[in-house]
Amino acid sequence: MTTQTAGRADLDTVSTERADRGICATPTRHLVDVELRKMFDTRSGFWLLISIGALAVVATAAAIIFAPESELSYDTFAKAIGFPMTLVLPIIAILAVTSEWSQRSGLTTFTLVPSRGRVIAAKAVAALIVGIASMLVAFAIGAIGTVAGSAIAGVDPVWDIGFAHAAHIVLGNLVGMAIGFALGVVLRNSPAAIVGYFVLSFVLSGILVLLAQVRESFTDLQPWVDWNFTQVALFDGRTSSAQEWAQLGSTSLIWIVIPLVVGVAMLRRSEVK
Amino acid sequence: MIRVDHLTKSYRGVTAVDDVSFCARAGRVTGFLGPNGAGKSTTMRIMVGLSTATAGHVDVLGSRYVDLPNPGREIGVLLDASAQHAGRTGREILELAARTMGLPVSRVPETLRRVSLTEKEADRRVRTYSLGMRQRLGIATALIGDPGVLVLDEPANGLDPAGIRWMRDVLREFADQGGTVLLSSHLLHEIEVIADDLVVIGNGRVVAQGAKHDLLSTSGTVVASSDNARLAATLARAGVKATPEGAGSLTTSADPGEVGRIALTAGIALTELRRADSAGLEEMFLLLTAQSQRESHSRHAGEAA
Repeated sequence: MTTQTAGRADLDTVSTERADRGICATPTRHLVDVELRKMFDTRSGFWLLISIGALAVVATAAAIIFAPESELSYDTFAKAIGFPMTLVLPIIAILAVTSEWSQRSGLTTFTLVPSRGRVIAAKAVAALIVGIASMLVAFAIGAIGTVAGSAIAGVDPVWDIGFAHAAHIVLGNLVGMAIGFALGVVLRNSPAAIVGYFVLSFVLSGILVLLAQVRESFTDLQPWVDWNFTQVALFDGRTSSAQEWAQLGSTSLIWIVIPLVVGVAMLRRSEVK
Repeated sequence: MIRVDHLTKSYRGVTAVDDVSFCARAGRVTGFLGPNGAGKSTTMRIMVGLSTATAGHVDVLGSRYVDLPNPGREIGVLLDASAQHAGRTGREILELAARTMGLPVSRVPETLRRVSLTEKEADRRVRTYSLGMRQRLGIATALIGDPGVLVLDEPANGLDPAGIRWMRDVLREFADQGGTVLLSSHLLHEIEVIADDLVVIGNGRVVAQGAKHDLLSTSGTVVASSDNARLAATLARAGVKATPEGAGSLTTSADPGEVGRIALTAGIALTELRRADSAGLEEMFLLLTAQSQRESHSRHAGEAA
């Protein structure tokens, strides 16, 4: 009893000293700032960011040059710009997590913030901010392309993407980023996670489509397990019925939520080397 | 103040750290010594929450490290100077550390000056840094939060002689102002010069610990006269065994005072009489760690049989 009281008195002294020196936990908002910075303060991060804008401009120019006049609509530009984004954004999300291990900077990061869950959460928020900001930039460049393209062709600009469709496209990209992020958390290795992402998005989807063609029993199941299927539906603005949203929920549970929960649990207990 | 209490760490049946207990006290530099693979780094990694203990625990300033609200402000840590994103500049790495601790970035230039990195060097990417520069940057990261405790794993690695002297001064000053310093090294001379207390581990176990002065004071006497054979015989008659050591001196485990008295009684003029302490740490280190090696060999032999 006495030792316990004494121990508590010591702790009180220590925490008073802490307060005197202004030592308190860093707010999560600051951690998000730090994580955002870390995504772009290296050469590779910087060029990934630049590539989003550069690829959008290239895709816009290509659409103006190659698309037939009848198809010079906002939808064409959004699709042309959207494709490179679906590749670059997940890579940004992957590297935000894996570089702590592949570059070993996690040794400092997790020493300064021992609560690894908070660090991962800050990274997730930072990736979300980058994803939404990049999409806004893409839509803006697409709008400029639509105006410029139709002016060059001498036709009226066609605005065939509504606000709801645009929101679906953003969501579709965030789904891709989330899958990349989850892969990064599970694998904690840059090359493995990037290769894994390409396997999941190209190889796996091909296999599932093939499977649905040869096995009739799988045809009904495919929309519930194939995340590419539900992501493409978002891009096309086809997700509307309750069942379609449920299918999106199901694929997100399988490919995002479960890997993330398992990955974070493993990550928190793992040894940082 | 760091208190390591019956710490044990096993990896798949291999015990890397075996019931280690010691204390690093405020105002003192504690040297953490041991051969490669003895468990120094593992102990330090558990200390700062990067690895979990199988049994036992470590208290830093009265709480577990992972329970500290903002550990960088209370404990400066340098475990591996090379563990940095090679594509960041030194300044950026310090700035990230300052922001993570919620400190103003104005701390960055003053900390750079404190570790003698120039503004120009700070703007270079870490991939171009020498190991010595990385150590300085790592020490800057440890110091920027103005902590009261430093935990440094092999900080002298890669530093040139001037850098080693600089670091010794930094750590001495830190401890003299009441800070706690725990540093590991395999550079025995460094530890011998700077440490106040020593903890020696071999094969995951503490084989010796205490104040440096106490640990090294038992290492005997070096004595010489113009006739060492006669001196040795005289000492032997008095029950003190002395052995010739190099050119013209004898070593003995007896105390210098006793050796001097015996020589005086026999009327032998001594040309040299001093405590044998120059190679003390190295000898103690090799002796202690060799013993733990032999123990492990016989243990393995026992298991095999």
